[in-house]
Amino acid sequence: MTDTPTIRHHGGDMFEGYPVDTANTAGDLAVTNYTINFGPQHPAAHGVLRLVLELDGEIIERVDPHVGLLHRGTEKLIEYKTYLQALPYFDRLDYCSPLGMEHSYVLAIEKLLDLEVPARAQYLRTMFAELTRICNHMLNIGSHVMDVGAMTPNLWVFELREDCLNFFERASGARMHSAYFRPGGVHQDVPEKLLVDIGEWCETRLPKLFGDAMSLVIDNRIFKQRNVDIATVSKEDALAWGFSGPMIRGSGIAWDLRKSQPYDAYAAMEFDIPVGTRGDCYDRFMVRVEEVYQSAKIIKQCLRDMPTGPIASLDRKVVPPKRGEMKQSMESLIHHFKLYTEGFHVPAGEVYVATESPKGEFGVYLVSDGTNKPYRCKIRPTAFSHLQAMDMMSKGHMLADTTAIIGAIDVVFGECDR
Amino acid sequence: MAHAAPLIAPRATLAAELKQLLGTDLLAHDFAADEDSITVDRTAIAGVMIALRDNLEYQQLMEIAGVDYPDRAERFEVVYHLLSVTKNHRLRVRVSTDEATPVPSIVPVWPVAGWLEREVFDMYGVLFAGNPDLRRILTDYGFQGHPQRKDFPLTGYIELRYSEEDKRVVYEPVKLAQDFRNFDFLSPWEGADYVLPGDEKAGGTGEAPGKGAPTPMTAKEVKSSDDKAKASPPPTPKTTDSPAQTGAGAKVNKAASKTSRDGAKSKAATKEAKTPATTKAEKAPAKPRAPRKPKTGGDA
Repeated sequence: MTDTPTIRHHGGDMFEGYPVDTANTAGDLAVTNYTINFGPQHPAAHGVLRLVLELDGEIIERVDPHVGLLHRGTEKLIEYKTYLQALPYFDRLDYCSPLGMEHSYVLAIEKLLDLEVPARAQYLRTMFAELTRICNHMLNIGSHVMDVGAMTPNLWVFELREDCLNFFERASGARMHSAYFRPGGVHQDVPEKLLVDIGEWCETRLPKLFGDAMSLVIDNRIFKQRNVDIATVSKEDALAWGFSGPMIRGSGIAWDLRKSQPYDAYAAMEFDIPVGTRGDCYDRFMVRVEEVYQSAKIIKQCLRDMPTGPIASLDRKVVPPKRGEMKQSMESLIHHFKLYTEGFHVPAGEVYVATESPKGEFGVYLVSDGTNKPYRCKIRPTAFSHLQAMDMMSKGHMLADTTAIIGAIDVVFGECDR
Repeated sequence: MAHAAPLIAPRATLAAELKQLLGTDLLAHDFAADEDSITVDRTAIAGVMIALRDNLEYQQLMEIAGVDYPDRAERFEVVYHLLSVTKNHRLRVRVSTDEATPVPSIVPVWPVAGWLEREVFDMYGVLFAGNPDLRRILTDYGFQGHPQRKDFPLTGYIELRYSEEDKRVVYEPVKLAQDFRNFDFLSPWEGADYVLPGDEKAGGTGEAPGKGAPTPMTAKEVKSSDDKAKASPPPTPKTTDSPAQTGAGAKVNKAASKTSRDGAKSKAATKEAKTPATTKAEKAPAKPRAPRKPKTGGDA
């Protein structure tokens, strides 16, 4: 190595700025590290991620992820909204699994209020949370295989994602930003036919289409070459780097908040936690594939056991009355007016509530000062800690592996940047 | 089971273990809403974290949150959320600091703390001594200020747009066609610190100014108040048994029917119609409403 100046190249084509040999020894090539930008506009970056990669040839020496390009100040905005007005912001965090985000938030409010939720509401929330998991995994699995070169499975699983979104639309009226989970229960009851259709879909369309799509991928030689032994993370590293969800399970730790700290109706559900053996990208992928089947199993149990009854708490100081009641009762009208202007008050205190979102532990740290607006609402995104480990995971790998690693993290920037 | 939030079994011996393990570094330990939180000495945070990780099996650091309490001497709270995957328990660790005093970094204990501390620094301006890479993380390149502080306006100070003349993005001071509207939705009868229009003459009722609408009662409170209501029977209703007690009767009728020389009814009768309370109210000048105590904390 001579004293060739390192050529640092920012932006543009990755092959530009290749170091020029200035040493005169014939046959010797002085190789110096160079820096390239990956993103912020890159189809495999799953959003606006900017990676500053320091490469030694095609080997990654250092990764510096720049996040925050999608920062919208959600936490600051929430401090200026009542508890109910803040709810739709959660849909817009991880826009691939909106109901999973809402789940943590409504549970945090309910915990501060010590509010009882009727059984039917708990089952509905559990069922839709699992449907959200399937919906999220369809997008992630599809884009992961596309990032490493396969086209067909993505198109197939997007069909399933579309089905899920249609179910959300039939329940809440919105495909993505449903705002369906509310403090005290859910917004409205679902039609009987929807439950029947979801049950049928879990029995027929989902296993068939998903099974077909996965049969193209999971034993595929190219797919394995791109994923097996890429970004291996040991159990110790997974703990130290704050991994959760499929990332920690891929590393072989059977940790699932739905089992260990059950919320809503999960205590009554029977399902298995898939774990990986090697902790590489392939394991994380396969954990997600198995989770889809387990989610379908939970949905079927929910449909089987779902009781009838109210779909939200009957505490009229928190949950607004139905429109029909308002036309009959003055008291209901007052409650409705008060809840949609002033909102309900939450007793002073603080809670940290984390649920198993499709991407991992999604937590909400809620500080209340006893008024109708949160004093502080800290959102614990899953991708933040996973992305931070990019440097640790991609060191020594090839440039082309970055896409597989990002795909296996399952990062969505609405949630990471908030 | 009342609420449906994640169930975490409490660690029975935690309080004693913490006291023994941390000694004087432990400033406070409280258990509220089924969650354990401890306040520790800021200077000892790194050692405390190592002790918690190695002796009490809190293997994971899930979150570092900053909270701003502008009224306090040390206005910032840095809140660490730990998780034990073996004991299945969560612990909240708090330290407090101000703008100038750095908090020792815990990156050597948990590498994940790197970005989490960067975020707290970015949002609140809390310094972390020993963090190898304390740059801004979520805000724009070249951003100034710490947006999550309570005294930072929601709208911010600068906005950016694409300038057609300059052919690039330009930064400008925020110009709003309409001011940011922050409505005070607290009950005007109970929590607002202004006099309602048309209500200016209302004298002081002697009530203490309300602090806001009462928080909704929890199921437990409703039950206990119901029980209380059941326990004591309502007092016997007040009745007037004889006509004399009402003040009516032949004597009064007679007095009322007496006409004066100018044909008007007896003065005594009209005088009696005024109760002492009304007379007092007439005499007393209209007192302006006592100023409300300003609200502390919250939005402003």
